[in-house]
Amino acid sequence: MDISNYLYLSIILFTIGAVGVVIRRNAIVVFMCVELMLNAANLAFVTFARINGNLDGQVASFFTMVVAACEVVVGLAIIVTIYRSRRSASVDDASLLKR
Amino acid sequence: MTTSTHLVYLIALPLISAAVLLVLGRLADKWGHLLATLISASTFVIAVSEFFAMHGRSGAARATTQKLFDWISVGTFKVDAALLLDQLSICFVLLITGVGTLIHIYSIAYMSHDRDRRRFFAYLNLFIAAMLLLVLGNSYLNLYVGWEGVGLASYLLIGFWNQKPAYATAAKKAFVANRVGDIGLSLAIMIAFAQFGTVSFAGVAAGAPHASSAALAGIGAMLLLAAAGKSAQFPLQSWLGDAMAGPTPVSALIHAATMVTAGVYLITRSNFIFDASSTARLLVVIVGAITLLFGAIVGTAKDDIKKALAASTMSQIGYMILATGLGPVGYAFAIMHLLTHGFFKAGMFLGAGSVMHGMNDEVNMRKFGGLNRFLPITAITFGFGYLAIIGVPPFAGFYSKDKIIETAFNAGGTKGYILGICALLGAGLTAFYMTRLIVMTFWGAPRWSKDEQHPHESPALMWVPMAILAVGSIASGFLFSHGSSMVHWLAPVVNPSGAEGGAELMKPIVVSLLALAVVVIGAGYAMLKYRTVSVEAPANVTVFTRIARRDLLQDAFNEAVLMRPGQKLTTALVWADYSFIDGLVRAVGFTLGATSQGLRKIQNGYARTYALVMLVGVLALAATIWMVTL
Repeated sequence: MDISNYLYLSIILFTIGAVGVVIRRNAIVVFMCVELMLNAANLAFVTFARINGNLDGQVASFFTMVVAACEVVVGLAIIVTIYRSRRSASVDDASLLKR
Repeated sequence: MTTSTHLVYLIALPLISAAVLLVLGRLADKWGHLLATLISASTFVIAVSEFFAMHGRSGAARATTQKLFDWISVGTFKVDAALLLDQLSICFVLLITGVGTLIHIYSIAYMSHDRDRRRFFAYLNLFIAAMLLLVLGNSYLNLYVGWEGVGLASYLLIGFWNQKPAYATAAKKAFVANRVGDIGLSLAIMIAFAQFGTVSFAGVAAGAPHASSAALAGIGAMLLLAAAGKSAQFPLQSWLGDAMAGPTPVSALIHAATMVTAGVYLITRSNFIFDASSTARLLVVIVGAITLLFGAIVGTAKDDIKKALAASTMSQIGYMILATGLGPVGYAFAIMHLLTHGFFKAGMFLGAGSVMHGMNDEVNMRKFGGLNRFLPITAITFGFGYLAIIGVPPFAGFYSKDKIIETAFNAGGTKGYILGICALLGAGLTAFYMTRLIVMTFWGAPRWSKDEQHPHESPALMWVPMAILAVGSIASGFLFSHGSSMVHWLAPVVNPSGAEGGAELMKPIVVSLLALAVVVIGAGYAMLKYRTVSVEAPANVTVFTRIARRDLLQDAFNEAVLMRPGQKLTTALVWADYSFIDGLVRAVGFTLGATSQGLRKIQNGYARTYALVMLVGVLALAATIWMVTL
């Protein structure tokens, strides 16, 4: 099987994630889309590691996973807090920054 | 060349006194006038002792110098602050300190009712210091400092009663007209430096014979412009009449005897320039001839006693300027007339002040008349000044003015005839307007009401200086011309080559008789014409009289030719500044503001929008990198 198919998959996943981030309102879904983009990037890293025959890409994907784990912790905490105070998980409701 | 260590006191004493009076303010009110007068008198004592010391020396040793300090030292350009007292300067120093002291004494009484008398005396001392610096400087740059100093003092004193807006405006007018002349002086100094690499009188004198005629004519013309500004000569004459807004002692000291003659000093001091350039000399005689007639004509139409005297001053300085343009022989006569004029004109101004003192500050001669019975001393001293200015022998003006008329005739050719006839005509006009002034003020029936006016003779503090100046008006002409003493005294400075005058067109006695005849005609006509004077100025007069009353339209001319176009130019420049320069700045601001307003819309607070912007940005960046590396 052609190894570049992994890259196409990665691009598709990333695009789905990016579109989801832009068009969805539910914070949980947006969050999952962000995770999808991170994992698409991880897939690309691993594929490149395979193509180049070294471990650089794999090491980078580990870093991404660690950062993603931290991000999940912080991000979920924020979403839960916002939901508690506003009774809504819509990202459009949390637009107080412009004021 | 002798060196001295005490010339500086001449300038330092009055300068320190002025500073003390101004700094102490009201604390010095009680004794300020006494200090100022004492200082002025002490400068006169120094001047007299310097004169006798100079008289005792001979030849080149007569000139005295004192170096004060290195003023400017840039590369090869060096100017010392140094003083030079020579045969020419000492004449001025004696005149300034002598007449200055008399006027200080006079002012003690004249200004006694003014609550700002101390400030007045401070300015007078400032003037004395600046004027002495002007005549004692050994280079054009030192002279320039004094030149500006007397301009400042003149401005302050014309506007001394600046609570009256008209007087403040008169001060401003004098200042502005003087600035135009000052530009001439600074340009002359710059050309001189470019040509000779030095600005000292000695250095320029040494270089002048080798300079190009264009440069010499340029320096001469610029010096003449400077002289015209300071000495109220055509075309910058318009300020002098209005300068009479100042207190009368100021008119006597600054605007008759000393400061306005600074232009004559400047040209005489720069004799090496004018001797080397016939173009410059021609300009000088033209300006002199025009002004002497201009002032005399204006003088015939003025009803304000001080303005009539101011017009007369302008005319007499025209004579001096004319004389300075007549070559090496003319300078001595110019200075001689300057000194005799200093006596009789200062005396007459003080007389006018005395009349005003007795008449509640009335200056309109049509409201005088018959004052000789009430102010006998003033009338007599004024009479001596009158006889001196119209040139009746043996009074001072006879000797000095006839010499100028004679020299003008001897200038040779058509030029000699034109100048001589102008000078002769001026003498006739002088006799006319001065007789008119005397008749209207002192003779005839009183035209004032006994209920309102109580004319009285002035106190001794005022009439003694007038009497001393009257003695000067009688004796000075004979003293200066006896044995050609003035000509010989000044010759080393103004006529070092010993040049002779042109061939005698007429015997001196013929010129004197001609001048006397013209004077008798002028005076006689005035006596006939002004036997009766109406209180109101007659309205049905010829157009010439009307023009003369308006100072020969000098102000109208300045307004139409200089002021209005100047205002238009300023308006246009302001408009251009607003629409183009400001417009550009405002356009930049507007563009930035409008763009920001547009960009503000994307800051809507929605996290999705930011994410989209970021995505587009990253894609754009990636696309750019891809395009570049392709």
